[in-house]
Amino acid sequence: MNHILNLFNYWVFVLLLMIGFYAVIARDNLVKKLLGLSIFQAAVFLLFISMGKVSGGTAPIVLDGDWDAIFSNPLPQVLILTAIVVGISTLALGLAIVVRIKEAYGRISDVDAPERRSGPP
Amino acid sequence: MIAVLTIFLLCLCVITALGVVRAGNLFTAVMLMGIYSLLMAAVFLLLDAPDVALTEAAVGAGISTVLLLSALSLTAEEEHAGGIEPVLAAAVVLITAAIIFYATFDKPPLGDPDAPVHRHVAADYVPMTQEQVDIPNVVTAVLATFRGYDTLGEVVVVLTAAIGVLFLIGPDAPQGRHAPSGNLAEGGLKHHQPLRIVGKIAIPFIILFALYVQFHGEYSPGGGFQAGALLAAAIILYGLLEGRHAAASVIHPAVLRTMAAGGALLFGGVGVTTMLLGGRFLEYNVLRDDPIDAQHLGILVIEAGVGVTVAGVLILIYHAFAARGRP
Repeated sequence: MNHILNLFNYWVFVLLLMIGFYAVIARDNLVKKLLGLSIFQAAVFLLFISMGKVSGGTAPIVLDGDWDAIFSNPLPQVLILTAIVVGISTLALGLAIVVRIKEAYGRISDVDAPERRSGPP
Repeated sequence: MIAVLTIFLLCLCVITALGVVRAGNLFTAVMLMGIYSLLMAAVFLLLDAPDVALTEAAVGAGISTVLLLSALSLTAEEEHAGGIEPVLAAAVVLITAAIIFYATFDKPPLGDPDAPVHRHVAADYVPMTQEQVDIPNVVTAVLATFRGYDTLGEVVVVLTAAIGVLFLIGPDAPQGRHAPSGNLAEGGLKHHQPLRIVGKIAIPFIILFALYVQFHGEYSPGGGFQAGALLAAAIILYGLLEGRHAAASVIHPAVLRTMAAGGALLFGGVGVTTMLLGGRFLEYNVLRDDPIDAQHLGILVIEAGVGVTVAGVLILIYHAFAARGRP
Protein backbone atom coordinates (compact mmCIF):
# COMPACT_ATOMS: atom_id res chain seq x y z
CA MET A 1 0.00 0.00 0.00
CA ASN A 2 2.78 2.37 0.96
CA HIS A 3 4.58 1.62 -2.26
CA ILE A 4 1.50 2.59 -4.24
CA LEU A 5 1.18 5.88 -2.35
CA ASN A 6 4.86 6.63 -2.94
CA LEU A 7 4.54 6.47 -6.70
CA PHE A 8 0.84 7.28 -7.20
CA ASN A 9 1.42 10.83 -8.49
CA TYR A 10 3.92 9.57 -11.04
CA TRP A 11 1.48 6.96 -12.32
CA VAL A 12 -1.21 9.59 -12.72
CA PHE A 13 1.39 11.64 -14.57
CA VAL A 14 1.96 8.73 -16.99
CA LEU A 15 -1.79 8.27 -17.50
CA LEU A 16 -2.45 11.97 -18.17
CA LEU A 17 0.59 12.23 -20.42
CA MET A 18 -0.65 9.30 -22.50
CA ILE A 19 -4.25 10.57 -22.64
CA GLY A 20 -2.92 13.85 -24.03
CA PHE A 21 -0.58 12.03 -26.41
CA TYR A 22 -3.46 9.87 -27.69
CA ALA A 23 -5.53 12.98 -28.43
CA VAL A 24 -2.63 14.51 -30.34
CA ILE A 25 -1.97 11.49 -32.58
CA ALA A 26 -5.41 9.87 -32.92
CA ARG A 27 -7.66 12.91 -33.47
CA ASP A 28 -7.34 15.04 -36.56
CA ASN A 29 -9.38 18.01 -35.37
CA LEU A 30 -6.77 20.69 -34.74
CA VAL A 31 -8.50 22.19 -31.68
CA LYS A 32 -8.72 18.69 -30.20
CA LYS A 33 -5.01 18.21 -30.82
CA LEU A 34 -4.28 21.46 -28.96
CA LEU A 35 -6.49 20.33 -26.06
CA GLY A 36 -4.49 17.10 -26.01
CA LEU A 37 -1.26 19.11 -25.88
CA SER A 38 -2.64 21.12 -22.94
CA ILE A 39 -3.46 17.89 -21.05
CA PHE A 40 0.06 16.66 -21.84
CA GLN A 41 1.54 19.93 -20.61
CA ALA A 42 -0.43 19.90 -17.33
CA ALA A 43 0.80 16.33 -16.74
CA VAL A 44 4.39 17.58 -16.93
CA PHE A 45 3.51 20.36 -14.46
CA LEU A 46 2.19 17.66 -12.12
CA LEU A 47 5.46 15.70 -12.42
CA PHE A 48 7.58 18.72 -11.49
CA ILE A 49 5.42 19.85 -8.57
CA SER A 50 5.20 16.28 -7.23
CA MET A 51 8.99 15.99 -7.32
CA GLY A 52 9.32 19.23 -5.36
CA LYS A 53 7.12 18.02 -2.49
CA VAL A 54 8.91 17.19 0.76
CA SER A 55 7.16 15.04 3.40
CA GLY A 56 6.11 17.10 6.40
CA GLY A 57 7.12 20.24 4.54
CA THR A 58 5.13 23.37 3.96
CA ALA A 59 4.81 25.88 1.11
CA PRO A 60 8.12 27.76 0.63
CA ILE A 61 6.83 30.94 2.28
CA VAL A 62 8.35 31.84 5.63
CA LEU A 63 5.85 32.49 8.43
CA ASP A 64 6.82 34.64 11.44
CA GLY A 65 10.51 34.55 10.61
CA ASP A 66 10.75 30.76 11.05
CA TRP A 67 13.48 30.10 8.48
CA ASP A 68 14.31 26.64 9.84
CA ALA A 69 10.95 25.02 9.04
CA ILE A 70 10.87 22.24 6.43
CA PHE A 71 9.98 23.72 3.07
CA SER A 72 9.02 22.03 -0.17
CA ASN A 73 11.46 22.73 -2.99
CA PRO A 74 10.82 26.22 -4.44
CA LEU A 75 12.78 25.62 -7.65
CA PRO A 76 10.28 23.38 -9.54
CA GLN A 77 7.52 25.77 -8.49
CA VAL A 78 9.34 28.74 -10.06
CA LEU A 79 9.94 26.81 -13.27
CA ILE A 80 6.32 25.68 -13.53
CA LEU A 81 4.62 28.96 -12.70
CA THR A 82 6.45 30.68 -15.53
CA ALA A 83 5.81 27.65 -17.77
CA ILE A 84 2.04 27.99 -17.21
CA VAL A 85 2.05 31.57 -18.52
CA VAL A 86 4.28 30.62 -21.45
CA GLY A 87 1.90 27.68 -22.03
CA ILE A 88 -1.13 29.89 -22.55
CA SER A 89 0.84 32.17 -24.90
CA THR A 90 1.83 29.21 -27.07
CA LEU A 91 -1.75 27.86 -26.91
CA ALA A 92 -2.96 31.25 -28.18
CA LEU A 93 -0.43 31.15 -31.00
CA GLY A 94 -1.57 27.61 -31.92
CA LEU A 95 -5.23 28.69 -31.90
CA ALA A 96 -4.38 31.69 -34.09
CA ILE A 97 -2.81 29.32 -36.64
CA VAL A 98 -5.93 27.11 -36.46
CA VAL A 99 -8.15 30.14 -37.13
CA ARG A 100 -6.07 31.04 -40.19
CA ILE A 101 -6.23 27.43 -41.46
CA LYS A 102 -10.01 27.48 -41.09
CA GLU A 103 -10.19 30.77 -43.01
CA ALA A 104 -8.00 29.44 -45.82
CA TYR A 105 -9.37 25.89 -46.20
CA GLY A 106 -12.82 26.05 -44.62
CA ARG A 107 -12.12 23.18 -42.24
CA ILE A 108 -9.90 22.36 -39.25
CA SER A 109 -9.73 18.59 -39.53
CA ASP A 110 -8.23 16.34 -42.16
CA VAL A 111 -6.17 19.31 -43.33
CA ASP A 112 -3.45 17.20 -44.91
CA ALA A 113 -5.61 14.52 -46.55
CA PRO A 114 -4.39 14.46 -50.18
CA GLU A 115 -7.76 13.74 -51.84
CA ARG A 116 -9.36 16.81 -50.27
CA ARG A 117 -6.41 19.15 -50.58
CA SER A 118 -7.23 22.51 -52.05
CA GLY A 119 -4.92 25.46 -52.28
CA PRO A 120 -5.30 28.59 -50.20
CA PRO A 121 -7.11 31.44 -51.96
CA MET B 1 -6.14 12.86 5.00
CA ILE B 2 -4.36 15.15 2.54
CA ALA B 3 -3.00 12.09 0.72
CA VAL B 4 -6.53 10.73 0.29
CA LEU B 5 -7.77 14.09 -0.99
CA THR B 6 -4.86 14.28 -3.46
CA ILE B 7 -5.60 10.78 -4.76
CA PHE B 8 -9.29 11.66 -5.13
CA LEU B 9 -8.50 14.86 -7.06
CA LEU B 10 -5.96 13.10 -9.28
CA CYS B 11 -8.54 10.42 -10.15
CA LEU B 12 -10.98 13.19 -11.09
CA CYS B 13 -8.23 14.73 -13.25
CA VAL B 14 -7.84 11.47 -15.16
CA ILE B 15 -11.61 11.15 -15.63
CA THR B 16 -11.98 14.73 -16.94
CA ALA B 17 -8.96 14.25 -19.24
CA LEU B 18 -10.62 11.12 -20.68
CA GLY B 19 -13.81 13.18 -21.07
CA VAL B 20 -11.93 15.86 -23.02
CA VAL B 21 -10.58 13.27 -25.46
CA ARG B 22 -13.88 11.42 -25.87
CA ALA B 23 -16.24 14.42 -26.17
CA GLY B 24 -17.52 14.82 -29.73
CA ASN B 25 -18.64 18.38 -29.11
CA LEU B 26 -15.67 20.71 -28.79
CA PHE B 27 -17.62 23.11 -26.55
CA THR B 28 -18.02 20.25 -24.03
CA ALA B 29 -14.34 19.41 -24.38
CA VAL B 30 -13.30 23.02 -23.65
CA MET B 31 -15.54 23.19 -20.57
CA LEU B 32 -14.10 19.90 -19.29
CA MET B 33 -10.64 21.33 -19.93
CA GLY B 34 -11.45 24.24 -17.60
CA ILE B 35 -12.52 21.77 -14.90
CA TYR B 36 -9.32 19.78 -15.48
CA SER B 37 -7.22 22.92 -14.92
CA LEU B 38 -9.11 23.84 -11.78
CA LEU B 39 -8.67 20.32 -10.36
CA MET B 40 -4.98 20.50 -11.22
CA ALA B 41 -4.75 23.85 -9.37
CA ALA B 42 -6.25 22.20 -6.28
CA VAL B 43 -3.69 19.37 -6.52
CA PHE B 44 -0.86 21.94 -6.75
CA LEU B 45 -2.17 23.62 -3.61
CA LEU B 46 -2.13 20.28 -1.75
CA LEU B 47 1.44 19.69 -2.97
CA ASP B 48 2.62 22.90 -1.22
CA ALA B 49 2.71 25.07 -4.33
CA PRO B 50 0.23 27.95 -3.73
CA ASP B 51 2.00 30.22 -6.25
CA VAL B 52 1.60 27.64 -8.99
CA ALA B 53 -2.00 26.89 -7.96
CA LEU B 54 -2.90 30.58 -8.22
CA THR B 55 -1.35 30.83 -11.69
CA GLU B 56 -3.02 27.65 -12.94
CA ALA B 57 -6.44 28.73 -11.62
CA ALA B 58 -6.23 32.20 -13.19
CA VAL B 59 -4.61 31.18 -16.48
CA GLY B 60 -5.62 27.56 -17.09
CA ALA B 61 -9.18 27.61 -15.82
CA GLY B 62 -9.94 31.25 -16.63
CA ILE B 63 -8.20 32.84 -19.57
CA SER B 64 -7.39 29.74 -21.62
CA THR B 65 -11.09 28.73 -21.53
CA VAL B 66 -12.04 32.16 -22.92
CA LEU B 67 -9.42 31.91 -25.69
CA LEU B 68 -10.51 28.38 -26.64
CA LEU B 69 -14.17 29.45 -26.77
CA SER B 70 -13.33 32.46 -28.95
CA ALA B 71 -11.36 30.18 -31.26
CA LEU B 72 -14.34 27.78 -31.41
CA SER B 73 -16.70 30.61 -32.36
CA LEU B 74 -14.35 31.28 -35.31
CA THR B 75 -13.99 27.65 -36.38
CA ALA B 76 -16.41 24.80 -35.72
CA GLU B 77 -18.05 23.37 -32.66
CA GLU B 78 -18.57 19.78 -33.76
CA GLU B 79 -15.72 17.38 -34.25
CA HIS B 80 -16.05 15.13 -37.29
CA ALA B 81 -14.93 11.56 -36.91
CA GLY B 82 -11.63 10.80 -38.57
CA GLY B 83 -7.97 10.57 -37.89
CA ILE B 84 -5.64 7.64 -37.88
CA GLU B 85 -6.70 4.10 -37.03
CA PRO B 86 -7.54 4.13 -33.25
CA VAL B 87 -5.98 0.68 -32.77
CA LEU B 88 -2.66 1.85 -34.19
CA ALA B 89 -2.72 5.02 -32.06
CA ALA B 90 -3.62 2.99 -28.96
CA ALA B 91 -0.74 0.59 -29.64
CA VAL B 92 1.78 3.45 -29.90
CA VAL B 93 0.39 5.03 -26.72
CA LEU B 94 0.44 1.75 -24.78
CA ILE B 95 4.04 0.98 -25.71
CA THR B 96 5.16 4.52 -24.73
CA ALA B 97 3.13 4.28 -21.51
CA ALA B 98 4.75 0.95 -20.61
CA ILE B 99 8.25 2.44 -21.00
CA ILE B 100 7.51 5.54 -18.88
CA PHE B 101 5.62 3.44 -16.33
CA TYR B 102 8.65 1.16 -15.99
CA ALA B 103 10.84 4.24 -15.48
CA THR B 104 8.71 5.49 -12.57
CA PHE B 105 9.96 2.57 -10.43
CA ASP B 106 13.38 4.21 -10.42
CA LYS B 107 11.98 7.42 -8.97
CA PRO B 108 12.52 8.21 -5.30
CA PRO B 109 9.29 7.93 -3.26
CA LEU B 110 7.03 10.97 -3.19
CA GLY B 111 8.16 13.45 -0.52
CA ASP B 112 11.58 11.89 0.05
CA PRO B 113 13.72 14.75 1.46
CA ASP B 114 16.91 13.10 0.14
CA ALA B 115 15.75 12.88 -3.48
CA PRO B 116 18.31 14.19 -6.01
CA VAL B 117 16.03 17.08 -6.94
CA HIS B 118 16.45 18.56 -3.42
CA ARG B 119 20.25 18.47 -3.49
CA HIS B 120 22.62 20.63 -5.55
CA VAL B 121 21.54 24.22 -6.07
CA ALA B 122 17.97 23.82 -4.76
CA ALA B 123 19.18 23.24 -1.20
CA ASP B 124 20.88 26.64 -1.14
CA TYR B 125 17.91 28.77 -2.17
CA VAL B 126 16.24 29.02 1.26
CA PRO B 127 19.42 30.01 3.19
CA MET B 128 20.47 32.34 0.35
CA THR B 129 17.05 34.01 0.43
CA GLN B 130 17.32 34.57 4.17
CA GLU B 131 20.83 35.96 3.89
CA GLN B 132 20.76 38.03 0.71
CA VAL B 133 17.15 38.96 -0.07
CA ASP B 134 15.20 38.64 3.19
CA ILE B 135 11.68 38.29 1.86
CA PRO B 136 9.33 35.56 3.16
CA ASN B 137 8.24 34.15 -0.21
CA VAL B 138 11.19 32.06 -1.36
CA VAL B 139 9.48 31.36 -4.70
CA THR B 140 9.43 35.09 -5.52
CA ALA B 141 13.07 35.44 -4.45
CA VAL B 142 14.19 32.59 -6.70
CA LEU B 143 12.05 33.84 -9.59
CA ALA B 144 13.13 37.46 -9.42
CA THR B 145 16.69 37.32 -8.10
CA PHE B 146 18.46 33.97 -8.37
CA ARG B 147 16.86 33.00 -11.66
CA GLY B 148 16.20 36.47 -13.02
CA TYR B 149 17.68 35.58 -16.43
CA ASP B 150 15.18 32.74 -16.81
CA THR B 151 12.30 35.00 -15.89
CA LEU B 152 13.41 37.69 -18.35
CA GLY B 153 13.57 34.98 -21.00
CA GLU B 154 10.04 33.78 -20.18
CA VAL B 155 8.69 37.34 -20.36
CA VAL B 156 10.26 37.77 -23.80
CA VAL B 157 8.76 34.43 -24.92
CA VAL B 158 5.30 35.61 -23.81
CA LEU B 159 5.80 38.89 -25.70
CA THR B 160 6.98 37.01 -28.80
CA ALA B 161 3.87 34.80 -28.72
CA ALA B 162 1.68 37.92 -28.62
CA ILE B 163 3.54 39.39 -31.62
CA GLY B 164 2.96 36.10 -33.45
CA VAL B 165 -0.76 36.14 -32.66
CA LEU B 166 -1.05 39.75 -33.86
CA PHE B 167 0.71 38.88 -37.12
CA LEU B 168 -1.61 35.90 -37.68
CA ILE B 169 -5.02 37.25 -36.66
CA GLY B 170 -4.39 40.85 -35.62
CA PRO B 171 -6.33 43.79 -37.10
CA ASP B 172 -3.98 44.05 -40.09
CA ALA B 173 -3.70 40.33 -40.87
CA PRO B 174 -5.32 39.21 -44.16
CA GLN B 175 -8.44 37.03 -44.14
CA GLY B 176 -9.05 33.89 -46.19
CA ARG B 177 -12.12 33.25 -48.38
CA HIS B 178 -13.71 31.12 -45.64
CA ALA B 179 -13.49 33.87 -43.01
CA PRO B 180 -16.60 33.89 -40.82
CA SER B 181 -18.86 36.91 -40.97
CA GLY B 182 -19.33 38.48 -37.59
CA ASN B 183 -18.13 37.07 -34.32
CA LEU B 184 -20.14 36.03 -31.28
CA ALA B 185 -17.38 37.26 -28.97
CA GLU B 186 -17.60 40.76 -30.41
CA GLY B 187 -20.96 41.78 -28.95
CA GLY B 188 -20.82 40.42 -25.43
CA LEU B 189 -23.74 39.26 -23.31
CA LYS B 190 -25.75 42.48 -23.39
CA HIS B 191 -29.09 40.61 -23.35
CA HIS B 192 -28.26 38.51 -20.29
CA GLN B 193 -29.08 40.96 -17.50
CA PRO B 194 -28.38 38.72 -14.46
CA LEU B 195 -24.96 37.71 -15.82
CA ARG B 196 -24.09 41.34 -16.62
CA ILE B 197 -25.02 42.64 -13.18
CA VAL B 198 -23.45 39.84 -11.15
CA GLY B 199 -20.37 39.77 -13.36
CA LYS B 200 -19.81 43.51 -13.09
CA ILE B 201 -19.94 43.32 -9.29
CA ALA B 202 -17.02 40.87 -9.37
CA ILE B 203 -14.74 42.99 -11.58
CA PRO B 204 -13.56 45.62 -9.01
CA PHE B 205 -12.72 42.86 -6.55
CA ILE B 206 -10.73 40.95 -9.15
CA ILE B 207 -8.73 44.11 -9.93
CA LEU B 208 -8.18 44.79 -6.23
CA PHE B 209 -7.01 41.20 -5.73
CA ALA B 210 -4.69 41.53 -8.75
CA LEU B 211 -3.07 44.62 -7.21
CA TYR B 212 -2.73 42.86 -3.85
CA VAL B 213 -1.12 39.84 -5.50
CA GLN B 214 1.21 42.15 -7.45
CA PHE B 215 2.47 44.25 -4.54
CA HIS B 216 2.24 41.66 -1.76
CA GLY B 217 3.90 38.92 -3.80
CA GLU B 218 7.07 39.07 -1.71
CA TYR B 219 5.16 38.21 1.45
CA SER B 220 2.39 35.85 0.29
CA PRO B 221 1.68 33.70 -2.76
CA GLY B 222 1.67 35.80 -5.89
CA GLY B 223 3.77 38.04 -8.06
CA GLY B 224 3.79 39.61 -11.47
CA PHE B 225 2.70 36.56 -13.48
CA GLN B 226 -0.38 35.91 -11.33
CA ALA B 227 -1.28 39.60 -11.02
CA GLY B 228 -0.99 40.11 -14.78
CA ALA B 229 -3.25 37.12 -15.44
CA LEU B 230 -5.81 38.32 -12.88
CA LEU B 231 -5.89 41.87 -14.26
CA ALA B 232 -6.31 40.46 -17.75
CA ALA B 233 -9.13 38.23 -16.46
CA ALA B 234 -10.95 41.28 -15.06
CA ILE B 235 -10.74 43.22 -18.35
CA ILE B 236 -11.63 40.14 -20.42
CA LEU B 237 -14.64 39.49 -18.18
CA TYR B 238 -15.76 43.08 -18.83
CA GLY B 239 -15.30 42.48 -22.55
CA LEU B 240 -17.36 39.28 -22.39
CA LEU B 241 -20.20 41.06 -20.59
CA GLU B 242 -20.27 44.39 -22.42
CA GLY B 243 -18.67 43.59 -25.76
CA ARG B 244 -15.16 43.97 -27.08
CA HIS B 245 -15.44 47.71 -27.77
CA ALA B 246 -16.28 48.45 -24.14
CA ALA B 247 -13.16 46.57 -23.04
CA ALA B 248 -11.13 48.43 -25.66
CA SER B 249 -12.35 51.75 -24.25
CA VAL B 250 -11.05 50.79 -20.78
CA ILE B 251 -7.53 50.11 -22.06
CA HIS B 252 -7.01 50.97 -25.71
CA PRO B 253 -5.20 48.29 -27.77
CA ALA B 254 -2.45 50.81 -28.58
CA VAL B 255 -1.84 51.22 -24.84
CA LEU B 256 -1.88 47.43 -24.49
CA ARG B 257 0.84 47.09 -27.13
CA THR B 258 2.94 49.64 -25.24
CA MET B 259 2.29 47.74 -21.99
CA ALA B 260 3.31 44.39 -23.50
CA ALA B 261 6.59 45.71 -24.86
CA GLY B 262 7.18 48.25 -22.07
CA GLY B 263 7.08 45.69 -19.26
CA ALA B 264 9.72 43.53 -20.90
CA LEU B 265 11.76 46.67 -21.62
CA LEU B 266 11.49 47.73 -17.97
CA PHE B 267 12.77 44.30 -16.88
CA GLY B 268 15.69 44.44 -19.30
CA GLY B 269 16.24 48.11 -18.41
CA VAL B 270 16.81 47.19 -14.76
CA GLY B 271 19.50 44.77 -15.95
CA VAL B 272 21.20 47.47 -18.04
CA THR B 273 20.94 49.97 -15.15
CA THR B 274 22.71 47.59 -12.78
CA MET B 275 25.46 47.17 -15.40
CA LEU B 276 25.82 50.95 -15.76
CA LEU B 277 26.09 51.21 -11.97
CA GLY B 278 29.04 48.85 -12.03
CA GLY B 279 27.34 45.56 -11.23
CA ARG B 280 26.51 42.58 -13.41
CA PHE B 281 23.33 42.17 -15.47
CA LEU B 282 20.34 42.05 -13.06
CA GLU B 283 22.62 42.25 -9.98
CA TYR B 284 20.24 44.39 -7.94
CA ASN B 285 22.69 44.92 -5.05
CA VAL B 286 24.20 48.02 -6.70
CA LEU B 287 20.86 49.86 -6.96
CA ARG B 288 21.01 51.18 -3.38
CA ASP B 289 23.62 51.45 -0.63
CA ASP B 290 22.07 48.71 1.46
CA PRO B 291 22.13 45.43 -0.54
CA ILE B 292 18.91 44.07 1.04
CA ASP B 293 17.03 47.31 0.27
CA ALA B 294 18.44 47.18 -3.23
CA GLN B 295 17.16 43.61 -3.69
CA HIS B 296 13.68 44.68 -2.55
CA LEU B 297 13.69 47.61 -4.99
CA GLY B 298 14.92 45.43 -7.86
CA ILE B 299 12.29 42.74 -7.20
CA LEU B 300 9.50 45.34 -6.97
CA VAL B 301 10.45 46.91 -10.32
CA ILE B 302 10.96 43.71 -12.30
CA GLU B 303 7.75 42.17 -10.87
CA ALA B 304 5.93 45.30 -12.04
CA GLY B 305 7.47 44.79 -15.49
CA VAL B 306 6.36 41.14 -15.54
CA GLY B 307 2.82 42.04 -14.44
CA VAL B 308 2.43 44.79 -17.05
CA THR B 309 3.71 42.57 -19.87
CA VAL B 310 1.57 39.56 -18.94
CA ALA B 311 -1.60 41.66 -18.57
CA GLY B 312 -0.92 43.50 -21.83
CA VAL B 313 -0.19 40.32 -23.77
CA LEU B 314 -3.22 38.37 -22.53
CA ILE B 315 -5.69 41.23 -23.18
CA LEU B 316 -4.15 41.84 -26.63
CA ILE B 317 -4.62 38.16 -27.50
CA TYR B 318 -8.25 38.34 -26.35
CA HIS B 319 -8.86 41.39 -28.58
CA ALA B 320 -7.23 39.64 -31.55
CA PHE B 321 -9.58 36.65 -31.25
CA ALA B 322 -12.71 38.67 -30.41
CA ALA B 323 -12.23 41.10 -33.32
CA ARG B 324 -11.65 38.44 -35.97
CA GLY B 325 -14.23 37.94 -38.72
CA ARG B 326 -15.61 40.03 -41.56
CA PRO B 327 -17.23 43.24 -40.32
